[in-house]
Amino acid sequence: MSARLSIPKVMLAIVRRDLSLALRRKNDSLSALFFFIVVASLFPLGIGPEPTLLAKIAPGMLWIAALLAAMLSLGRLFADDFQDGTLDQLVLTAIPLPLAVLSKTAAHWISSGLILTIASPILAIQFNLDAQSTGILVLSLLIGTPLLSLIGSIGAALTLATRGGGMLLSLLVLPLVIPVLIFGAGAVDAHHAGLPVDGHFYLLGAMLAIALFFAPIATAASLRIAVE
Amino acid sequence: MFSSGINWFKYAAPQRFYALTGTLIPYCVAIAVITTIIGLTIGLLIAPSDHQQGESYRIIFIHVPAAWMSMVIYLAVAFWAAIGLIFNARLASMFALALAPTGALMTFIALWTGSLWGKPTWGTYWVWDARLTSELILLFLYLGFLSLHASIEDTRKADRSAAVLAIVGVVNIPIIYFSVKWWNTLHQGASVSLTKAPTMATQMLTGMLIMTIAFWAYSFALSFYRCRTLILERERHTAWAQEAVK
Repeated sequence: MSARLSIPKVMLAIVRRDLSLALRRKNDSLSALFFFIVVASLFPLGIGPEPTLLAKIAPGMLWIAALLAAMLSLGRLFADDFQDGTLDQLVLTAIPLPLAVLSKTAAHWISSGLILTIASPILAIQFNLDAQSTGILVLSLLIGTPLLSLIGSIGAALTLATRGGGMLLSLLVLPLVIPVLIFGAGAVDAHHAGLPVDGHFYLLGAMLAIALFFAPIATAASLRIAVE
Repeated sequence: MFSSGINWFKYAAPQRFYALTGTLIPYCVAIAVITTIIGLTIGLLIAPSDHQQGESYRIIFIHVPAAWMSMVIYLAVAFWAAIGLIFNARLASMFALALAPTGALMTFIALWTGSLWGKPTWGTYWVWDARLTSELILLFLYLGFLSLHASIEDTRKADRSAAVLAIVGVVNIPIIYFSVKWWNTLHQGASVSLTKAPTMATQMLTGMLIMTIAFWAYSFALSFYRCRTLILERERHTAWAQEAVK
């Protein structure tokens, strides 16, 4: 190692490493995607196939399904690296830990949230959403799912050192992501009601900006506690 | 280091804090009992009936102080947890942990009395109103804090992990506090404000404020007591702690 590595290069390397790991184990990303689709398909069976009712509940339901699917893959965000010692190396890398965490979170989002967002229009068709509502839903998921990964990364880091972290992770993360759910699903609801949707997107965007800054710091602090 | 001559760190030592709270707890209990008696007498017997809600409003004397305490205690938990995390102060972390169960209890009381109050006035025990929902989230935050702490074996690690969670959860407090202003849902707006003249009868306000003092004193007494137990548990290897238990 002669030349100093630049921060963006290291960050990109972490993202690529995590993505190629995710590609090698397609099972993880695919199971999150299938979980999303299966949960979404259960709702019409449980509630009844009334088209107008389904169109009404579709945004909230798809959002909840996306949230649970993201929760499913969160547990492994740091767990594997923690077990095989990669995390210790990551803490010792030359770049600031929050930035390394941000790269890992970005990789997590691409392999979970982004895939769910891309799949969501197909599910929206099944629920009779019109084109415009679908567009708003996809956009709200596009801004909202990175938030789920960012806030979730705090919980994933905090539960690393615990016994039986899975249940605890949901208890810690779900209360914190409720505002995301409210405004994400609220955007499509507002559109249905003929109200302007800008406000919802501004709030989602503001939350994303705040989370982009603070969540990696909190996650990095939690990781330091876990590996010390 | 302080020109005032007061040593602010004197009671940061668990042993001195143990002794201090030992003297304070009886006073806190006495204040809590006396103010509860006075407050409830005013609230249940003296204060007039509400012109809209009749007698059912009287649960306000429990509901509002509990709701206030639920938020104040969360801020205190986050504050002391942060002090414990940043300055590596053991006592601060212990006090944060000691406060949390009382905070969870207050949140539960606020939700419970609120639903009892909701039935006669709104016709329902529960609605997904912004303030109710955010208060419910607060209960989950307390439970998350306590269960995260309980699930980590190493005490210091548990203190610090739970501290991070407490600090992150603070974002919920302004959401609860301003929820009645931001969302125009079922829950009524604030009746008491520091900047405006009160909109309620003087006796009601007096009763409520006295009950608030009672809740504060109760919370202090209980969290001091819990903190003393934590101190003894964690300092059990020291001579003074073994002496204190005898």
